[in-house]
Amino acid sequence: MTKINLNSTWEFAPSLESTDHINLKKQYELFIGGKWVKPSSGKYFDTVNPATEEKLASIAEANDKDVDKAVKAARKAYDEVWSKMPASERGKYIYRIARLIQERAREFAVIETLDGGKPIREARDIDVPLAAAHFFYYAGWADKLDYAFPNRNPVPLGVAGQIVPWNFPLLMVAWKIAPALATGNTVVLKPAETTPLTALKLAEIIQEAGLPDGVVNIITGAGATGAAIVNHEDVNKIAFTGSTGVGKIIQNAIAGTHKKATLELGGKAANIIFEDAALDQAVEGIINGIYFNQGHVCCAGSRLFVQESVYDVVMRKLKDRMSSLVVGNPLDKNTDIGAINSKEQLNIINNYLKIGKAEGAEMYQTECSLPKKGYWCKPTLFTGVSQSNRIVQEEIFGPVLAVQTFRTVAEVIEKANNTPYGLSAGVWTDKGSKLFNMTSQLKAGVIWGNTFNKFDPSSPFGGFKESGFGREGGLHGLKAYLKV
Amino acid sequence: MSNKKVILDYNATPVIDQVGVLDRIDRITSRSLKKDAKMHGLKLALSMIDLTTLEGADTTKKVVQLCNKAMHLHDAMPGLPTVAAVCVYPNFVETAKKTLKGTKIKVASVATAFPAGQSSREVKLLDTKLAVDSGADEVDMVISRGRFHEGDYNFVFDEIAVIKEACGKARLKVILETGELGTFDKVRRASDIAIYAGADFIKTSTGKISPAATLPVTSVMLEAIKDYYYKTGIQVGMKPAGGISNAKLALQYLLLLKETLGDAWLTNEWFRFGASSLANDVLMQIVKQTTGIYQSKDYFSKD
Repeated sequence: MTKINLNSTWEFAPSLESTDHINLKKQYELFIGGKWVKPSSGKYFDTVNPATEEKLASIAEANDKDVDKAVKAARKAYDEVWSKMPASERGKYIYRIARLIQERAREFAVIETLDGGKPIREARDIDVPLAAAHFFYYAGWADKLDYAFPNRNPVPLGVAGQIVPWNFPLLMVAWKIAPALATGNTVVLKPAETTPLTALKLAEIIQEAGLPDGVVNIITGAGATGAAIVNHEDVNKIAFTGSTGVGKIIQNAIAGTHKKATLELGGKAANIIFEDAALDQAVEGIINGIYFNQGHVCCAGSRLFVQESVYDVVMRKLKDRMSSLVVGNPLDKNTDIGAINSKEQLNIINNYLKIGKAEGAEMYQTECSLPKKGYWCKPTLFTGVSQSNRIVQEEIFGPVLAVQTFRTVAEVIEKANNTPYGLSAGVWTDKGSKLFNMTSQLKAGVIWGNTFNKFDPSSPFGGFKESGFGREGGLHGLKAYLKV
Repeated sequence: MSNKKVILDYNATPVIDQVGVLDRIDRITSRSLKKDAKMHGLKLALSMIDLTTLEGADTTKKVVQLCNKAMHLHDAMPGLPTVAAVCVYPNFVETAKKTLKGTKIKVASVATAFPAGQSSREVKLLDTKLAVDSGADEVDMVISRGRFHEGDYNFVFDEIAVIKEACGKARLKVILETGELGTFDKVRRASDIAIYAGADFIKTSTGKISPAATLPVTSVMLEAIKDYYYKTGIQVGMKPAGGISNAKLALQYLLLLKETLGDAWLTNEWFRFGASSLANDVLMQIVKQTTGIYQSKDYFSKD
């Protein structure tokens, strides 16, 4: 067969984003009541750069006592200041946070890349601008809640306990804090233990913005710290983004309490390519769907469905496009796929690669050299799989695509919905009527038409089935923090 | 070429989604070329330029001056490539050939009632004959956009095929004038028609219509070239023309080319820039990369 060699001899020279402008402390304490306080546990853990395995900083580990302190600070701020403040004043603080993020966007992007391993291109062009956009968006709602919920007299819930994952550390913090503040709640937030730095940098911005003490408290730690937040009796609402496994534990823990919850959990999205689609652009969408952020995306398009008549051509185009993806140093501006977030996650992904091969699937990886240190996974796809395979059923959370074929609309709808998850889906067709037929039958919270992984603060995001409940973003995102 | 057996079905030309094309281009324009990689790209870009003058006011002396520029881009810096070709109207081909004698620089001539293409088949063939008989190495024809919009694809196809025949040994570049086509779908269809009808190159624009070449349009055309290559094993060249006046943009075109078609196309045999002012900006960047200092525009000759 005719082949095109895309491994050009014209290679990129290193083009590294500089790190000398960033300001990182050697050790971070807990941000409680507007101050940096030492953890009562006296313990600290390391956060490392997954691309180099080098330690970036020591991070305080919050125990039950610290969580109690943080919740009390949040309660005090709620009772005495935040709930009494005119909404328009609240909005001003949120606007200020948004502007300060924009002003320090470069520093945030670099730290996000160092701590999490994502390519600087994504941190710079997606994570940080979207985080700022979320604060701007919700700042605007702060004094307009009566218009969002006419004649319902919306009132805040109180103290929100928020737990965010490691895949979009700053962005997820923004998704949580911005609507909570806009609706008049106070916050105790825990970033993931592998990526706490941008949340802690945000605490600096919150201080700089002059937000009243205790309105936002940021405490760090692993699962036990999160559990202490969830189980604290004076927390009114839990907002969690993370794995379905932990989501179930949380739901169990709060059963029978007054606590409200929104859970944004795992996914195994179907990305469906019809034969009449714009195939070159669909291929771009497949790439954005699964290789964005190393596939560490809950709404990643990890199950590809290609209509049989165009299967060969789509696979050819997809493999060609994959070969131009640059894997390596996340700080390099040309890097498309950075480091896997942690050793644990790399082990999970590698285990799934083994499972896939053992199940008889054919594995394809691009030819690229990987750095010696750090955690890496080449962009991968599996063909010859079906709904019966574990790599099709389970969330891998890595740059691993499972490809299936289908013949009819009915068949692909059945297969796309044949999963415990239901977070997102993508449909590619040149026919508008087909697109809307699909969107009305697919059981997923977000469905993209002829695109994938596009986000906007005004658009609600959330899941069906085991992908969770509640919506974040947009008008719907306000409701999760209000009694209406 | 003669044993081509692939038949074009006008109804089966792939559809193009604008949003996705722009997404792809975003990825290209966020690439970053530094040091050696940048220098390599700059020199490559220089070697791919079709240095062009297509004015009503063109004179023999003006064309000679342009040819001199083509041969002596910036002699102060040794080791530079020359441009690929000069591109002129048919009546200046002889002059250009004579002036460029003994160099590897090709002479390209526009033809077929350039730029509008609004004339009879006979006139277009005569125009082509004038260019080829005068010694043109390459012919840049325009397609009949009016007929294309009317849906008379066979007419457009046949016209290209006839001109191709009239070109003899000269390589044929087919100008789609994408700025007049309106949608990416039409750009793709016109690309397919030109390629299947025998174009050696497909070219975006005459330079007389705005918008001229753009990265998205070029991306669509490169994908058409790629699909055809996978089908037939036959390489077709690409020439974006018009509006590419600075080195940074030229490098982005080359990156798009590299990531779409790879090394086999990264040569002036298969890729050209139609441009009049690009060369000096590329030269300025090459000098900057070498000496670390930006020089004034007046240190680079303007012909």
